[in-house]
Amino acid sequence: MTTSSSERGVSLGMPELPAPAYPDDVRARLETDAREIIARYPDSRSALLPLLHLVQSEEGHVTRTGMQFCADVLGLTTAEVTAVATFYTMYRRRPSGDYQVGVCTNTLCAVMGGDAIFEELQEHLGVGNGETTDDGKVTLEHIECNAACDFAPVVMVNWEFFDNQTPESAKRMVDDLRAGRPVSPTRGAPLCTFKETARILAGFPDEREGAVEATGSAGPASLVGLKLAKGEAPARVVHPRGEAPRDTAPHEPSPAEHLSSHDAPQDTAASDPSHPSPTTAREGEAAPRPSDPAGPTAEEGE
Amino acid sequence: MTLAPELKDTSPEKLLAPVLSAFWDEDESWTLDVYRRHDGYEGLRKALAMSPDDVIAYVKESGLRGRGGAGFPTGMKWQFIPQGDGKPHYLVVNADESEPGTCKDIPLLFANPHSLIEGIVIACHAIRSSHAFIYLRGEVVPVLRRLHTAVREAYEAGFLGENILGSGLDLELTVHAGAGAYICGEETALLDSLEGRRGQPRLRPPFPAVAGLYACPTVVNNVESIASVPAIMHRGKEWFRSMGSEKSPGFTLYSLSGHVASPGQYEAPLGITLRQLLEMSGGMRPGHRLKFWTPGGSSTPMFTDEHLDVPLDYEGVGAAGSMLGTKALQCFDETTCVVRAVTRWTEFYAHESCGKCTPCREGTYWLVQLLRDIEAGKGRMSDLDKLNDIADNINGKSFCALGDGAASPIFSSLKYFREEYEEHITGRGCPFDPAKSTAWADHRTEVNA
Repeated sequence: MTTSSSERGVSLGMPELPAPAYPDDVRARLETDAREIIARYPDSRSALLPLLHLVQSEEGHVTRTGMQFCADVLGLTTAEVTAVATFYTMYRRRPSGDYQVGVCTNTLCAVMGGDAIFEELQEHLGVGNGETTDDGKVTLEHIECNAACDFAPVVMVNWEFFDNQTPESAKRMVDDLRAGRPVSPTRGAPLCTFKETARILAGFPDEREGAVEATGSAGPASLVGLKLAKGEAPARVVHPRGEAPRDTAPHEPSPAEHLSSHDAPQDTAASDPSHPSPTTAREGEAAPRPSDPAGPTAEEGE
Repeated sequence: MTLAPELKDTSPEKLLAPVLSAFWDEDESWTLDVYRRHDGYEGLRKALAMSPDDVIAYVKESGLRGRGGAGFPTGMKWQFIPQGDGKPHYLVVNADESEPGTCKDIPLLFANPHSLIEGIVIACHAIRSSHAFIYLRGEVVPVLRRLHTAVREAYEAGFLGENILGSGLDLELTVHAGAGAYICGEETALLDSLEGRRGQPRLRPPFPAVAGLYACPTVVNNVESIASVPAIMHRGKEWFRSMGSEKSPGFTLYSLSGHVASPGQYEAPLGITLRQLLEMSGGMRPGHRLKFWTPGGSSTPMFTDEHLDVPLDYEGVGAAGSMLGTKALQCFDETTCVVRAVTRWTEFYAHESCGKCTPCREGTYWLVQLLRDIEAGKGRMSDLDKLNDIADNINGKSFCALGDGAASPIFSSLKYFREEYEEHITGRGCPFDPAKSTAWADHRTEVNA
């Protein structure tokens, strides 16, 4: 069908060729990790979420190659893997920055200043939601409630906590990230890259010295009740805010400015041929397979 | 808002009861050494000396109820597991804490992960399970690090692995990081996710106790529920029952957040009131008053300053028309626009709807469209009834509780703040200045004064 349609000059969309494989050395290394992950579960399919974190740790996002790898080691179709990879928000579908800066804009953080922080960071970095700075360092996005409401407003960087933020503190933080200065969260370990974070999520413990101990037992807000119960004076939480935010006219965001990231269908790596897997050869060089029943649908190919 | 006469004693020492949080202020509180200095793994020794059925009966008699929102008796959940069925049994701990406002399990696991691990071993002894899972939401890497470490410590010390403390119990514990999906906090969606699928809820029956993980009998418990078990075993069910009320006994973590002077975790007997918590902790931020609050996250119908004296236990909050939920007390003052707050929560539900059932998938979408119009001053009066109508078509008619949760803020805000919605419509816009709600708003005013 495709041949005849292209002969007629009618573009009905070519079925996409199978994803290229990882280079042999990468594949061998990932297979060793994959075996360790699969061994944790009574049923191998349970390893799919950690395996997707693993392939994300290799390439920084979940590529078609990564999904093919997961399908191969688990005996699944690429359709089954793609269905899962596109369901969860932590799997990125395109190349992104070394540092994922997520501003909580769920109600409580938004009201406490998260909206203002997100607004000012977009302006400061010159990027919109889900976009990456030109230097490839910072990907900015708004995120949902991250279970730290007593530290609002909260910003997460590579899923470490930056509590009690202001527009000023957040801008300083992204400037430091872009300048390569070391940045530490208020709760969590000194930042590693997004890829290194993804490897921890795949279930491989952070081996860095001091990473587990960093920032102590509990954040200040976590201790407020305990201190009161022990008869210590009500402790006002000390916010690491630095100077007051600069005096700007209050911004009144229209509701339309906060668009849910699920409002529009997102491209998947599979449907995004302009962003092929960075560690592998161009798609056209891979050996074509006559048919890939699990491959993307025809309308995505065009 | 008159002060109840019996509230004379607001001394925090008497009103609070730190158990799980008792040593979070010590150095390296998350380590096995510190945990054992505070009687860690003593409850396990006691439990292992008892028969599994006796442990289940003991936890049942303690009256412990689920801390994840629904309040189902924990011991009864364990009792539902069929025994002698020849199938593997599983314990799955729900550490997918994602309900807006809820922030208790994450600090608990960060500062005291061994309380959960000890509770897991006790629960697995009781339900005769040899493999347990902790399903931790992925977006909390600092907690994941400490769980990895704590599990390794527990294996090395013989609290996990083969023949635990010579009891003959073998137990493997797997820490599993999720990948970002609120719906996975729903227990059957969590099980699908743990099986490597999209996190979508399952039709019940069969319930997880009969056909859960890999279609085997499975108990799914919240972190705080399981972490409370070691203290009950060690200090006794009578001690536990000496706190709280007859039907809601024990201690629990209350999470105070928003426009309050001292946001944070407050561990107290069930039944404390928001007024008591605010009085001991400095109240609302200076110069402001409480406008609305949630007793247990955004999915629990909101309260107002009329409800300051509602006892925060399962019955008390239920009788006042809401749910105890996760005891996430999100407090908003008079600077906050309730339409903005509800719009944002509704956007969250629309974002997180898994798409499996029509009422939730379509209903949350249309709620967002209507709410955005109202907030932008483009709404009509008839939209308010339409909001109620759509919420009514979601509530009780969707596949899982996420849909019911989405309807809660709509119903309750229209009940208490219908005039504010109308103001947005007649005034063709939002009368509030969002800058005044920020954490730094008053600080800025002082600087400029």
